[in-house]
Amino acid sequence: MKAHTKGNFHQTAAPLLFLLPNILIFATFIIIPAIQGLRMSFTEWGVFTEPRFIGLANFSELLGDEVFWKTFSNTLVYSLFTVSLIMVYALMLAMLLHKNSLKGEKLFRSLFYIPSLLSMITVGIAWRFILGDEMGIINYLLRTMGGDGVRWLTDSKLAMVSIITVSIWAQAGYYMVILIAGLQAIPTELYEAATIDGSSAPRTFVSITLPLLRSTLLVVLVLATIASFKAYELIAVMTKGGPGYATKFIVQQVYQVAFLEDRLGYASAMSIVLMIIISLFTVVQFKVSGKEKSYE
Amino acid sequence: MNKNKTLSILQYALLVLLALATLLPVLWVVLSSFKPQSELFRVPLTFIPKDWTIQNYQSSLRAGNFPVYFSNTVFVAVVSTALTVLINLMAGYALAKYIFKGRDVIFTIMIATLMIPLQVIMIPIFLQLKNLGMLNSLWGIIIPPAATPTGVFLARQYLVTLPNSLIEAARIDGAREHTIFFRLIVPMSKPIVATIAIFSFMWRWNDYLWPLIVITDNRKQTIQQALANFVGQLQINWSDLLAMTTIAIIPVIVVFLAFQRFFFSGIAAGSVKG
Repeated sequence: MKAHTKGNFHQTAAPLLFLLPNILIFATFIIIPAIQGLRMSFTEWGVFTEPRFIGLANFSELLGDEVFWKTFSNTLVYSLFTVSLIMVYALMLAMLLHKNSLKGEKLFRSLFYIPSLLSMITVGIAWRFILGDEMGIINYLLRTMGGDGVRWLTDSKLAMVSIITVSIWAQAGYYMVILIAGLQAIPTELYEAATIDGSSAPRTFVSITLPLLRSTLLVVLVLATIASFKAYELIAVMTKGGPGYATKFIVQQVYQVAFLEDRLGYASAMSIVLMIIISLFTVVQFKVSGKEKSYE
Repeated sequence: MNKNKTLSILQYALLVLLALATLLPVLWVVLSSFKPQSELFRVPLTFIPKDWTIQNYQSSLRAGNFPVYFSNTVFVAVVSTALTVLINLMAGYALAKYIFKGRDVIFTIMIATLMIPLQVIMIPIFLQLKNLGMLNSLWGIIIPPAATPTGVFLARQYLVTLPNSLIEAARIDGAREHTIFFRLIVPMSKPIVATIAIFSFMWRWNDYLWPLIVITDNRKQTIQQALANFVGQLQINWSDLLAMTTIAIIPVIVVFLAFQRFFFSGIAAGSVKG
């Protein structure tokens, strides 16, 4: 045994043993399946049938698959609106709640965070109860005020709007917490200097807050985008992808083609498309986090 | 001065309004679960139940397998959390306090697995679990997601800051490596253990996709699965469903209220740097 000058310890057996459970799990349940998934995307494969190599046939079929592209564009639309609105809303909450000077600030933070604690299944159930056509409270209130009930979840355009709104409601608090941490990391001297220079509040926001919050905003952007591409539970509970295909997203389509239509190879090809999108955003996140470290 | 004051009153008003919009949906569900079935949809609707009752809870506890789902979920969440904390702390310790060949490569690969969430490997995971005979077993939900890149990352970041001198002193005293870990490192890691444990518990309690892929046997299902099935029926028994939903929400709220300070610091550490 010899001690390293930095105090770290040179050894191979002990650390590898400590790492063993994680390495085994990562290898068995992430890395091997990922490689397997890639291989499967070039095959025709059912649960009970032997795989057959068919080259790029799945991918060329995918190019002409209208349902897949419908779910793809649904996911994009959902992602675009959910992510951008979450960012605006969460940033607004964070701006109001990061100063540690407002009375009740901590209580407000906790209140806004509460929906993030709930599973997407329970969120979906709660909102289906609230938005029900006949018996939901929102339509009840609309009717008592003399209006008509609205088909929140059964009209093809409104269903998407409802899903997006509920997603924002459910997740904004989480991103608010990240943004508050980012805002609190901005040195207060900068704000003091701006005040002395007579900078207006909007001006300070644009020229100090936004630039210094850039990397945090980017992290929020990436995390929210990845989450939006993984979305599944909310739709499963609230609309089942309907009406028609109006709110069907990629993950749900993969699940259906794989496990209900028993086309594992073809569904794997769809997964690969999803994996490429998610990987791209994760790489951006790594880049940003790396930069963050170099500032410290 | 005056301007500032009006602004802050406006801010308060806005915050109160938004907080109500955030909380009322949850309160509506919870309060409705205490209404008798006859009152649930009776016009005019009332926010506070007129006749408080716990009959929905009694009937949902009798309905089908709900107690089984509940105990399955408790088992999965508790065992998974213990396993996640242990193996991620071990991995974080190996990466933080030893020098060995391939250390940085292993760390990079572990973090890079963030790129491959379950949603993109559902199909090969399903086949892998089938091959290993882990389908329809609670262990199939517990073990595969127990190693988490974020957990390893948080553990490593924390352990790097612990002084090496203590570990060296223990070594000089003749302590073996595993003894150092369990007797010295684990007791010093309480804050990070708490953080990882809380997030693991919350995630497992709320998770739907893993159970969906692993479990088809009705008696092995978790609460979230049961809720999703319940809401998928043609005729939804809302009284029972709202009671079950409230039961599913209570543990996460309790954990949050008890460990609030870990939540916000944990999110900041795990996301901004993860």
